[in-house]
Amino acid sequence: MFALFSLALLAPLPAFSAAQEIKLDRAPVELRDTVSLQRGAKTFINYCLHCHSASYMRYNRLTDLGLTEQQIKDNLLFEGDKVGQRMTVAMRKDDAREWFGAVPPDLTVIARSRGADWLYTYLREFYRDDSRPTGWNNVVFDKVNMPHALYQLQGAQRLEKVEVADATGEKHVEQKLVLAEPGQLAPLEYDRLVGDLVNYLVYMGEPSKITRLQLGIVTLFFLGLLFVLAYFLKKEYWKDVH
Amino acid sequence: MSKLTGLLNWVDARFPLSANWKAHMSEYYAPKNFNFWYYFGSLALLVLVIQIVTGIFLTMSYKPDAAQAFASVEYIMRDVPWGWLIRYMHSTGASMFFVVVYLHMFRGLLYGSYRKPRELIWIIGMLIYLTLMAEAFFGYLLPWGQMSYWGGQVIVNLFGAIPFIGEDLSLWIRGDYVVSDATLNRFFAFHVIALPLVLIVLVVAHILALHEVGSNNPDGIEIKDNKDPQTGHPKDGIAFHPYYTVKDLVGVVVFLALFSAIMFFVPEMGGYFLEYNNFIPADPLHTPDHIAPIWYFTPFYSILRAVTYPLFGIDAKFWGVLAMGGSVMIFFALPWLDRGRVKSIRYRGWIFKTALTIFVISFIVLGYLGTLAPTRATTMLVQILAVIYFAFFILMPWYTRIDPVKPVPDRLQT
Repeated sequence: MFALFSLALLAPLPAFSAAQEIKLDRAPVELRDTVSLQRGAKTFINYCLHCHSASYMRYNRLTDLGLTEQQIKDNLLFEGDKVGQRMTVAMRKDDAREWFGAVPPDLTVIARSRGADWLYTYLREFYRDDSRPTGWNNVVFDKVNMPHALYQLQGAQRLEKVEVADATGEKHVEQKLVLAEPGQLAPLEYDRLVGDLVNYLVYMGEPSKITRLQLGIVTLFFLGLLFVLAYFLKKEYWKDVH
Repeated sequence: MSKLTGLLNWVDARFPLSANWKAHMSEYYAPKNFNFWYYFGSLALLVLVIQIVTGIFLTMSYKPDAAQAFASVEYIMRDVPWGWLIRYMHSTGASMFFVVVYLHMFRGLLYGSYRKPRELIWIIGMLIYLTLMAEAFFGYLLPWGQMSYWGGQVIVNLFGAIPFIGEDLSLWIRGDYVVSDATLNRFFAFHVIALPLVLIVLVVAHILALHEVGSNNPDGIEIKDNKDPQTGHPKDGIAFHPYYTVKDLVGVVVFLALFSAIMFFVPEMGGYFLEYNNFIPADPLHTPDHIAPIWYFTPFYSILRAVTYPLFGIDAKFWGVLAMGGSVMIFFALPWLDRGRVKSIRYRGWIFKTALTIFVISFIVLGYLGTLAPTRATTMLVQILAVIYFAFFILMPWYTRIDPVKPVPDRLQT
């Protein structure tokens, strides 16, 4: 009787959790792909690090990605920075507030709060919007203060209403991004660039993640062996308990 | 006489070392039929040790300063050798502490472990639980993320609902008009020294009280009623050491495997153990859209939100706070609310079994709903569940008395 009652209580739960969600594309995160991470680091330092800091991340941590300190110095450091320094920005907070209306958030752990898929979609869904002060808006972040920093690479998209027919043949209006002005990269190349960048952001969110996963397997293997020992020790002692 | 025995005798003449070892380990007779549910006491002790040891190491690199706290946690996660491991142990340990304690308390409900003569063990245990909640609450502010900050803000503001003194009281707790550096500093003090000391004292008292009256068991039978006339030991008892030390060791290894699986593979546990919003530094000027406490508080948070009507001219919030407080404190009365003629669920009738099942389900569903933003429908469901929650306790004297119990055997059933 109460099993039925329990089911009745639990049944409506999924209905409450379904909120209206924006469709996110799946980010191609592969933390073992150091070449992708290196490309992502380069994009990050060239395009993001002018306004956004990553102030908990040190440049020389990039040795994780298979780079030597000399390579980091030669290719990724800004003039005058030292390799053991953190990735800070020179832009003053008051200036930022005046220019963008908000201080650009630090990006060190942005992948841990936003999630990789959100970032991957966000960076690909900027569109021209003349009603915004920067001239840009974003599908996943409406009225965002950030202009499209990768505009030269992607080009400019516009949000257009198109009529689409669904599976039942019924027509309805959908909003769709259309590339109005091509950039330096072809759409697929741009997707790959953003994919590498997001991969890097995920890495930067938790640089020890690969070590963590590897150590986890070793630990579980050890505990498995210990379990066998503990189990037979217990069995041996408990032989005389009746 | 070997040198070692000589040393032991020397110590024993000055400190009751052997006597205590015997009283609490080698000659503490525990019922021989402990089952799965009896692992969680020793596991709670294990987690306490994990939290204290990892906490000491975290304190070495953490900075209780509103301007530096968030950065110092990331410093631990990146620059401190093995800091990430220590931090994940501590964050996983916090949630696992509540998992273990909830299962330990549920064991008490299953087998009537709070019944005479173990009322004080239960009450001390409840004090441990309250202290643990406070400890967890204070600790949750320390990473100084958005959820830390706004969660702390919401909970401290609850005190503001108390008529007349409320506003001053919450100001006194915060030490400022909003949660700030002053709040962080005092919460740090409570988290790292004041409450851990209280916890340790209470845990010792819990075990001393237990060893005074002896452990209950899945049959709810007093093993001391059946002693071997020659040895004077309970016939159904076995020495805690070595029998339960080796048995608990198996439980410890299985528990550590589960703990490690979470810690190494899913330390955020889908946002339940480490909330995603807590990776955004605290921003007093920007309130998150949805503030939910961490999972182990959500059943009580739901009850707080269930009360939506003002009463006697006092705000609904005050009655909500009262209901929330009551939903925790009512556990203290359990030894006197339960009038059943048997202790263990094994010999209880269908009424108690049904009541307990419904209670557990409503506790879990209340907890789940507490993590979500409230809607009209959820508020309605939460109100029904809150009534069920309180009914479990308030009607207990009545339904446990009329429950058709089964006869209890004299000796343990293995």
